[in-house]
Amino acid sequence: MDILWGQGTPLTAREVGKLISDRDLAPTTVMTVLDRLTRKGFLTRTRDGRAWRYQPVRSRDAYVAELMLEALDLTGDRTAALTRFAQAVSDDEAAVLRRALMELEEE
Amino acid sequence: MIAAVALALLSIGCVVAAWRLPSARWTWRAPRTAILLWQSIGLTWGLASTGALLAYALQPYGQGVIYGLHSHLSSVLSLGPDSNLTYDLSRTIALVAGLALLAVLIGVLLAALWQTLRARQRHRELLALVAREDPHVPGVRILDHPGATAYCVPGLRSEVVVSAGALRLLSRDELAAVLAHEDAHVRERHDLVLLPFAALRRAIPWARVVREAQSSVALLVEMAADDRARRHCSPRRLATALLRFGAAGSLPAPQGALGAGGDVMARVNRLISPAAELPRLFRYGVVALSALLTASAPLLWAMPH
Repeated sequence: MDILWGQGTPLTAREVGKLISDRDLAPTTVMTVLDRLTRKGFLTRTRDGRAWRYQPVRSRDAYVAELMLEALDLTGDRTAALTRFAQAVSDDEAAVLRRALMELEEE
Repeated sequence: MIAAVALALLSIGCVVAAWRLPSARWTWRAPRTAILLWQSIGLTWGLASTGALLAYALQPYGQGVIYGLHSHLSSVLSLGPDSNLTYDLSRTIALVAGLALLAVLIGVLLAALWQTLRARQRHRELLALVAREDPHVPGVRILDHPGATAYCVPGLRSEVVVSAGALRLLSRDELAAVLAHEDAHVRERHDLVLLPFAALRRAIPWARVVREAQSSVALLVEMAADDRARRHCSPRRLATALLRFGAAGSLPAPQGALGAGGDVMARVNRLISPAAELPRLFRYGVVALSALLTASAPLLWAMPH
């Protein structure tokens, strides 16, 4: 995934395999992984001769943003999917908390 | 008739208790005990409400709800629809309403469970794609985002996630306190405690009692995790971490959701100046009450009159 994000152009499985230089991966392994990512909807692929060219559906930042939205409970659907350390607070409340923090640190 | 009346009273009693309990402050001094009480109130309310309707409907059989349902089912199956003719209208309505309520409650729980598992699965897949590990904080997934957040994705293999913004925000001791807090959530499976309350709140978002019940339980769960975390870290660092998160947050609170600022202050005050523990007798009393409540509805379901 990182390689596809880094390149910015659609790549074939063979090209991805070449770019994974640090590990000696079998071409079929790369193909399996790419295929699985496609089925989960993270990649799209287009025909290019006899091979498939793979491309990320969304950018890395978009996924990070999606995770953050869920983490901050801003998605609006209140499932108990995650347990958070602290929830979002309003501006006024944040000011109160900032004062309390200053008092605690002065002590 | 006694069973039906007793179940109806029990159901009303649970609603009154759920209405009063959020304003009780002793719960903050013994969050675990209070959570137990909340769970038994929730369970008993469900069983008592459905049980009251069914007990009234099946009273002619004189065998209680469980055996009554069985007898009714077998008589309907063996005699066909004619057997309903001997049945008066109000009891038929009660039977349908009771069974429908039971089905809705179970359905809502299962739907919430399914949605939650799916949301977690998606979250995990995304984490596997974009989160990174850091040798300085082993066992924690790091999300490269300037916003401050720390949370855990519960499950058989729970994952604790901290954002890069949170790492910058917190000192080393504070981070350790936050991780101890998340670890407490993981160990005590607090997500399972929250699930039924969150499910009910989603199902009937206009009911104030349910809304307040859910937020009370959510706060108690956080307090229970704070209590466990303070055994392993400085409560003061946990408090400053909490305040730092809140103060840095200043994100618009999601629509329709109250900001949690009051809750944060309550948690901070508890950590800085803890109140005396509740008397043992009182705690045991609450536990005994919870056990009695939990047992009462099933017993009344089985009671033959």
